[in-house]
Amino acid sequence: MSFDQWMLAFHVLSAFSLVAGMILFWVLIVVGRRIDTPGDTLRLGPVAKVGNATVGLGLGGTIIFGVWLAFSYGHYDIWDGWILAALVLWFIGSGTGRKTGEAFNEAPRKALELEEAGQTGPNAELLALNRTSRGVLLHALTSVVVLLIIIDMIWKPGA
Amino acid sequence: MIGMLALIRDDSWNLPLFVHVLGAMILVGGLVTGASALALAKDDAKLLRLGFWSLMLVSFPGWIVMRIGAEWINSKEPWKDLPDKPRWLDIGGVIADAGGLVLVVTLIIGGIGVRRLNAGKASGLLRVTLAIALVLLAAYVVAVWAMAGKPT
Repeated sequence: MSFDQWMLAFHVLSAFSLVAGMILFWVLIVVGRRIDTPGDTLRLGPVAKVGNATVGLGLGGTIIFGVWLAFSYGHYDIWDGWILAALVLWFIGSGTGRKTGEAFNEAPRKALELEEAGQTGPNAELLALNRTSRGVLLHALTSVVVLLIIIDMIWKPGA
Repeated sequence: MIGMLALIRDDSWNLPLFVHVLGAMILVGGLVTGASALALAKDDAKLLRLGFWSLMLVSFPGWIVMRIGAEWINSKEPWKDLPDKPRWLDIGGVIADAGGLVLVVTLIIGGIGVRRLNAGKASGLLRVTLAIALVLLAAYVVAVWAMAGKPT
């Protein structure tokens, strides 16, 4: 197996890591819609950390190995339209992903406040934060962007 | 020749390949979610259930979509007519098929585990489910490596 084949394998594995993390967050979003207590909200924290790690690994790996391949692989160049499109989409997705994280971090922050204040029962404001429509919209937007990157990588328009 | 075929694949393969890859990504995503929830549950019934249902409602449909995509590609590709199929295709195919069978067994064990959990009994079977899910995840990482890197 050549060095470029290893790089391609790591590039694709990174894409799987990224999408796995995004799917994990979709599951947490669906589960979170029924959560209105600080305990149940904070319970999902460690699982979310796994999602953060896989998304981080995926984002870093796709860009590092992807750019390496664009320079190293003889048939493609970094300025090819489909590679430039993927780079632009990657930056857009990273931005919307970061904003998604900020939107969903408000619920555990509130849950911690409530727990420290000794309020462990159901809380309407916490439920609303767990159901944040802004967060859902941003995660949906990020998912569409990632889907477009996958389509771009498979169809390679103009290559 | 195999490398050339992979490089200059026909455009008509793109949609089935997309279905195959998307299904595999959903499968792996469900395994990561399910294994994480089961591993971090520490006997918490809600997280244990979340782990099992992630495997059932995310991983299993993902496996079906992945296999549909694989069969679709298989109906188009010339490799199936070659006397010696490439090794990476064998690795990916064997892991995908055997992994599906193991996934079904995992879901049966996990389903019994959740039923026992609902009846207030111990969650030992869900620990078995976690162990098999982790093995499956490792196997699918190898499959993705083989399918992407295409070792000769």
